[in-house]
Amino acid sequence: MSLDTATVRRVASLARIRVEDGDLPRLEAELNGILGWIEQLRAVDTQGIEPMAGGGAQALRMRRDEVTDGGIQGEILANAPDRAGAFFAVPKVVE
Amino acid sequence: MTSATDLTLAGARGALARREISAVELTRTFIGAVEALNPRLNAYITVTPDLALRQAEAADAALGRGEGRALTGIPLAIKDLFCTAGTRTTAASRILGNFVPPYESTVSGNLLRDGAVFLGKANLDEFAMGSSNATSAFGGVENPWKRRDAPEAVLVPGGSSGGSAAAVAARLALGATATDTGGSIRQPAAFCGIAGIKPTYGRCSRFGVVAFASSLDQAGPVARTVEDCAILLGSMAGFDPKDSTSADMPVPDFAAACARGVKGLRIGIPREYRLDGMPAEIEALWRQGMDWLKAEGAELVDISLPHTRYALPTYYIVAPAEASSNLARYDGVRFGLREDGEDLRDLYERTRAAGFGDEVKRRILIGTYVLSAGYYDAYYVKAQQVRTLIKRDFDQAWERVDAILTPATPSAAFGRDDKQDDPVAMYLNDVFTVTANLAGIPGLSVPAGLDAKGLPLGLQVLGRPFDEETVFAVGAALERAAGFDAVPAVRAGA
Amino acid sequence: MSYTLEGASGAWEVVIGLEVHAQVTSQAKLFSGAATEFGAEPNSQVSFIDAGFPGMLPVINRECVAQAVRTGLGLNAQINLWSRFDRKNYFYADLPQGYQISQYQYPVVGQGVIEIQLGDGSTKQIGITRLHLEQDAGKSLHDQHPSKSFIDLNRSGVALMEIVSEPDMRSPEEAGAYLTKLRQILRYLGTCDGNMEQGSLRADVNVSVRRPGEGFRTRCEVKNVNSIRFVMQAVEAEARRQIEVWEDGGEVVQETRLFDTQRGVTRSMRSKEDAHDYRYFPDPDLPPLVLEQAWVDGLKAALPELPDARRARYVGDFGLTPYDAHVLTLEKETAAFYEAVAKGRDPKMAANWITGDFFAGLNRTGHGIGDSPVSAENLGGLLDLIKDGTLSGKLAKEVLEAMFETGKPPAVLVEERGLKQVTDTGAIEAVIEQVMAANAGKVEEYRSGKDKLFGFFVGQTMKAMQGKGNPALVNELLKKKLG
Repeated sequence: MSLDTATVRRVASLARIRVEDGDLPRLEAELNGILGWIEQLRAVDTQGIEPMAGGGAQALRMRRDEVTDGGIQGEILANAPDRAGAFFAVPKVVE
Repeated sequence: MTSATDLTLAGARGALARREISAVELTRTFIGAVEALNPRLNAYITVTPDLALRQAEAADAALGRGEGRALTGIPLAIKDLFCTAGTRTTAASRILGNFVPPYESTVSGNLLRDGAVFLGKANLDEFAMGSSNATSAFGGVENPWKRRDAPEAVLVPGGSSGGSAAAVAARLALGATATDTGGSIRQPAAFCGIAGIKPTYGRCSRFGVVAFASSLDQAGPVARTVEDCAILLGSMAGFDPKDSTSADMPVPDFAAACARGVKGLRIGIPREYRLDGMPAEIEALWRQGMDWLKAEGAELVDISLPHTRYALPTYYIVAPAEASSNLARYDGVRFGLREDGEDLRDLYERTRAAGFGDEVKRRILIGTYVLSAGYYDAYYVKAQQVRTLIKRDFDQAWERVDAILTPATPSAAFGRDDKQDDPVAMYLNDVFTVTANLAGIPGLSVPAGLDAKGLPLGLQVLGRPFDEETVFAVGAALERAAGFDAVPAVRAGA
Repeated sequence: MSYTLEGASGAWEVVIGLEVHAQVTSQAKLFSGAATEFGAEPNSQVSFIDAGFPGMLPVINRECVAQAVRTGLGLNAQINLWSRFDRKNYFYADLPQGYQISQYQYPVVGQGVIEIQLGDGSTKQIGITRLHLEQDAGKSLHDQHPSKSFIDLNRSGVALMEIVSEPDMRSPEEAGAYLTKLRQILRYLGTCDGNMEQGSLRADVNVSVRRPGEGFRTRCEVKNVNSIRFVMQAVEAEARRQIEVWEDGGEVVQETRLFDTQRGVTRSMRSKEDAHDYRYFPDPDLPPLVLEQAWVDGLKAALPELPDARRARYVGDFGLTPYDAHVLTLEKETAAFYEAVAKGRDPKMAANWITGDFFAGLNRTGHGIGDSPVSAENLGGLLDLIKDGTLSGKLAKEVLEAMFETGKPPAVLVEERGLKQVTDTGAIEAVIEQVMAANAGKVEEYRSGKDKLFGFFVGQTMKAMQGKGNPALVNELLKKKLG
């Protein structure tokens, strides 16, 4: 499988990373280099093998239903690049 | 008396306890060393001398009251991937801007609980993605070691924990926190002639550590000796209810394990770690390591880890996939850099284009691609299946051996301008270390010798999940046998 | 007769499936310890986890899992002892992590079924495909500023249950009845407050149309419909739109649409257009959710009585009509009120009073069962006064009206207003004698065989007593006196 320019553009758009047209050929070549190298995995027989999920084996631990957090409006907003009162602000979104 | 910066962490702890030196004096010495050398080495992104001195004063007060803890008054560097309350945390990326976390990571919090002094935030590859520290938005780090034949050449310290390793090697801290996703503790430790351990996945909490690849990331220490690593890990480790993947296991006395010896231990030698084209010096050092352990009473066992060769490609699917999702939160809305745009989408795209460096972008794009519709099974699921096979290889090995000995890296530190054009060539640095991340097992890198050009080389000890004690025992035995006492050209007090 | 819509070229059948998002009733959020309360100051119930800050990690709330399991049990569904959380990746201003933690491949609850009640008294089984747990997003406000949207993350991370039905519904009425029933079950279980105005319950409505007997055609999803009435309207509006597309020779395109409640039509939703590649993968921050069968059994044993069982009990044990039983069990609060009134009293009489004069009184005074001026205790007291003969039925209605106005107990009102029924035979006889004296001619006529005049004497006597005469006694004494 190798990527064409349109796919690189689509993936960059899915990832919300602006790529200038002039950078597309370089990026395409780099990504294809990496993907081509990854292709060697195809040689491994993985039929019937359970995919590993997560780094550890244990089951999910559950916490008690108690309010232990929140009430830190100031700290939540402190690093915001733009805000309006107690809201974060972004360019207007049309639904 | 030798300079205080030449003390080991254990040695400094003894000197503090005996009041031969005060924490403030010790800290001032290190602040002076950082001021002198950091402009050159760039091991720290942010230096916090005022904070360090306040902590040192508190440490002296505690010592005066007889309330010293494991690390009271010990000056450390904190990899700038750990969130530190009130101190800028960058992940070596432009995208975090001037982000100041209002919270402390569990690991750094544990160190503060035990009385440590924080000298500053150590440089790293951007979001810990790299093996040379060259991807840092705050500039590369210079390895304090020099080639005999080219003392002016700047070498990389390895990565991603290059700042942590360089700071410790150059005596700009007694120890440092680091993280390891594919080798980011062990490879820079080897390149800088120091020790470093990636513990078992789940041993150290990931809470408050900027995430790269959640199922692989593990925090651990780097320090100049194996024992110092054991002391640091003893403080860093421990169950954390704030991390659902944290293991609810007691923390053993790692430092005590260093003195155990290796008599009667079965040490596995995996034949797949003998690579074509591997430098003869690496091969020779490995053989030397086997001989040392044998001489100490260990039994060497040939083993096979047949899926080893697939570990790196597996890693370069799993890690970017997780990273593409973990880094989605850097969108210019709640914190960090924002580049304005015509609309929200444009804002996202411009912010992320300006905020992330090339390597991070590459990995996000690879990760996005391998998770996208139509490719998920062929790449991600396949990689996780191979990961199961890699883990199974180790599970089978543990039936026959107690620990595994391998080289730490396929080469010594390379020049700043080498390997920069081909991402895949750079990825091969992690060929010996990445399996431990995929399988979740502990791995320790120990400095064991120098190559012909006078650069340090390391050996790696791998162990069973949650059996860091055996890993420390083997590592300390290697360290004693190697008697590694070489020092880098650039260092405090030199 | 099954429901169809007439197009220009004949009849069309409508196929409907619902995806309902129900906010889990819990103190804290699904993966953080921040509060879930509605209506707080913007961004005041937000933890660093909910805001997607660097290094933050999710830890699951046991009660949210329990609520999902309870709901699954209430939907007669399979409980999956092994389930998993996946990340659904997309960018949106109110999605701080850049992904939603959800259960894609392995939901905690599998297939189930519920029975809906239709207007003609019939019932129908609707299949439940699955129920899974997920995080809610924050809230975007688009109308506060000319060029900016404002983001409030208070809802971010609140636990939702997404309940997916099979495409088993065939009319707006069935869709409405399904949502009504689902809401009823959730409210009985206490797993969701069902408040649609506050957004605790919202429906995505999947609609397609087809010729009777055909296979399924392309469906469209109408997102975020927030009342049962709007769901029914949206189904019809969307079905009519699709019929028009097909009949014009066009092709219905699978897409996400919004229901414009003002204009009663659906429209395409632009912002979701390119968000279809969600890149689901298992969340590496969360090991699998593994439940003990014993824990599930414990939750099952502690489940409250559900509407179907309660309705059956009202019919079987109390002898109510199926209709009255249905009406009384629709809301958990109504059923509780009814049972409080009926306790130790005639259950049918209690049902008649509640479904009749009591409901009428609530309507008239603009109250609901929750803030009724007439408590269950006082309504029961009124029934007791009827039973012991203190009040006639007619007087009781008057007293109930006064109870709605004043909130006072019936005994107090009877006392204050002197509404007590007269049972003193001497007093009644005295009135009868006066009535007979004043109507001597009518007495003669009655005695000569005009039996119909008896009612006239009852009326006159009661009138003279301002309605307070005990009707049975009045009858009995009149018969005796008139001979």
